[in-house]
Amino acid sequence: MGQITLKQVTKKFGDVEVIPPLDLTIHDGEFTVFVGPSGCGKSTLLRLIAGLEDMTSGSMDIDGMDATSVPPSKRGLAMVFQSYALYPHMSVRKNIAFPMRMAGMDQAEQDKRIEQAAAALNLTDYLDRKPGQLSGGQRQRVAIGRAIVREPSAFLFDEPLSNLDAALRVGMRLEISEMHKRLNTTMIYVTHDQVEAMTMADKIVVLRAGVIEQVGSPLELYHSPRNVFVAGFIGSPKMNLIEGEEAAKHSAASIGVRPEHIDVVESGGMWTGTVGVAEHLGSDTFFHVHETGLAETITVRTEGDIMLKHGDTIHLNPRVDLIHRFDAQGLRIE
Amino acid sequence: MATQHSRSAARLMMAPAVVLLLGWMLVPLVMTLWFSFRNYLPLRGGDLGWAGFDNYVRFINSSSFWPSVSTTLIIVGGVLAITIVFGVLLALLLDQPMWGQGIVRILVIAPFFVMPTVSALVWKNMFMDPVNGLFAHLWKFFGAAPVEWLSQASLTSIIIIVSWQWLPFATLILLTAVQSLDGEQLEASEMDGAKPLQRFGFIILPHLSRAITIVVLIQTIFLLSIFAEIFVTTGGSFGTRTLTYLIFQRVLESQNIGLGSAGGIYAVILANIIAIFLMRIVGKNLDA
Ligand SMILES: Nc1ncnc2c1ncn2[C@@H]1O[C@H](COP(=O)(O)OP(=O)(O)O)[C@@H](O)[C@H]1O
Ligand SMILES: [Mg+2]
Repeated sequence: MGQITLKQVTKKFGDVEVIPPLDLTIHDGEFTVFVGPSGCGKSTLLRLIAGLEDMTSGSMDIDGMDATSVPPSKRGLAMVFQSYALYPHMSVRKNIAFPMRMAGMDQAEQDKRIEQAAAALNLTDYLDRKPGQLSGGQRQRVAIGRAIVREPSAFLFDEPLSNLDAALRVGMRLEISEMHKRLNTTMIYVTHDQVEAMTMADKIVVLRAGVIEQVGSPLELYHSPRNVFVAGFIGSPKMNLIEGEEAAKHSAASIGVRPEHIDVVESGGMWTGTVGVAEHLGSDTFFHVHETGLAETITVRTEGDIMLKHGDTIHLNPRVDLIHRFDAQGLRIE
Repeated sequence: MATQHSRSAARLMMAPAVVLLLGWMLVPLVMTLWFSFRNYLPLRGGDLGWAGFDNYVRFINSSSFWPSVSTTLIIVGGVLAITIVFGVLLALLLDQPMWGQGIVRILVIAPFFVMPTVSALVWKNMFMDPVNGLFAHLWKFFGAAPVEWLSQASLTSIIIIVSWQWLPFATLILLTAVQSLDGEQLEASEMDGAKPLQRFGFIILPHLSRAITIVVLIQTIFLLSIFAEIFVTTGGSFGTRTLTYLIFQRVLESQNIGLGSAGGIYAVILANIIAIFLMRIVGKNLDA
């Protein structure tokens, strides 16, 4: 079990309100990702859930029981920190055993769980090393191992992959997702990287300045962003947001077109411009198009084999039915 | 990237410093060694020729030798224990956010700037004096007979005085170590269910081990040679004669330079034994 409910939670540091009143329910077994730009209060929210920070007001339930003033160790949550926070003077085995040792679990059970966790995380050969002798990815696994053995009702991850290199990040992303499928435990995962959010989450919570902008599944957020902020934040490359006359044609204050929803055509098309930078990824090519008569540079995502170069003329045709429309407040118009 | 050439150039350029330092250390040591084998009594005829190992035999057979060694060890050990225990506590305390932190920190460090002679005099006259000292007044206030600190509890008194002088040093080093502890480790251990005392024992203390090692090594070097505190307070009586003090008495009070020099060599040997011992026990904390 691991259902977490936040009710009217606020957090102030001195006079600065980092989290204005916030309501959120995280269902049992859900992989929830908090995503938002740096400094928007994701870590603070996670630390409030963990109990490492006190709420200024509001309350929180875990599995229907009030946990607002329950100390961190009694909440049944395990946290994986961005810096891993391993104990440097203890071997990997002792690190993983630490929470069980604190709980006074018997040695045989401890050993069994360590073996299991080590096998699942490919750490068996490293159990007697110190954290200082491990690579970043291995340290990350130890931190996860230390969380798993407690059999928590929910896992909390604070940007766990941000210290890893790109290749490792993709690998660990998969491993964490697989671990979630296997354990079926609630996970709350904080990241500023929308790709991680999209690939891992059952439910994404988009935050801006402590305010929840939208909650939904990755595809809900992709297909119907509630406002301009979510539209611009979710999706890579970023959605083209166009204001002014062109938006007025669609009777909106601004319109949004995803780069993958613009077709490159031989001639005609809605917009004609010149190619600025062409980014060839092999599978896809991103064109940044200038001088289309719009104020904004337009990004287009096409098949990898369209060979246009810097300075070439390009004809673009957005798919009209996939254009997002927003009003003057930035809210979505259906 | 040192090439063969730049390495030999470096050696050449370092040579003067190395020679100077070696000379600095070796000349006094060799002179002490030399005198320790001479029968040298400045007021009774000067240098009276070879003495062989007589000085060494006399010094070690003197009834004050072994007591002086044990006194030295008790003082060093006592001061180390007090400064480290209280140093850790003070460092943890000073690390807490509190009002007037800057001033409190300066006050804690202040005793280190007081000269040993002065602090010993202050303690002797203001605190430990059996008639006018603050402790005497305190004892009388509670209806107890004042303690004659420097005669009845002479070793304890000296340990207290010297600890007071060295506590700031230990606190300072330990404070910087406490401040370098990663807060997330403490939070992780808190989530793992460690209680405050367990957090101290499993996380904070191991983190401090290297700093404690440094404090032990540096303080030992200086504590083996404390002198002013004893000179000013008890003058070596009431069982407070350390090895250093015994050597001083042999050289100056009995005007026997040969005998004093032999004692000096024993002191060097003692210091080295302690150094080897310490490096064995705590030195491994400095690796890795
Ligand atoms: N202990 C603290 N004291 C004061 N301000 C803090 C503290 N922790 C975080 N903040 C502020 O709260 C805001 C949100 O921080 P944080 O939750 O760490 O953001 P994120 O994890 O989304 O990058 C930031 O503006 C930060 O400066
Ligand atoms: Mg953060």
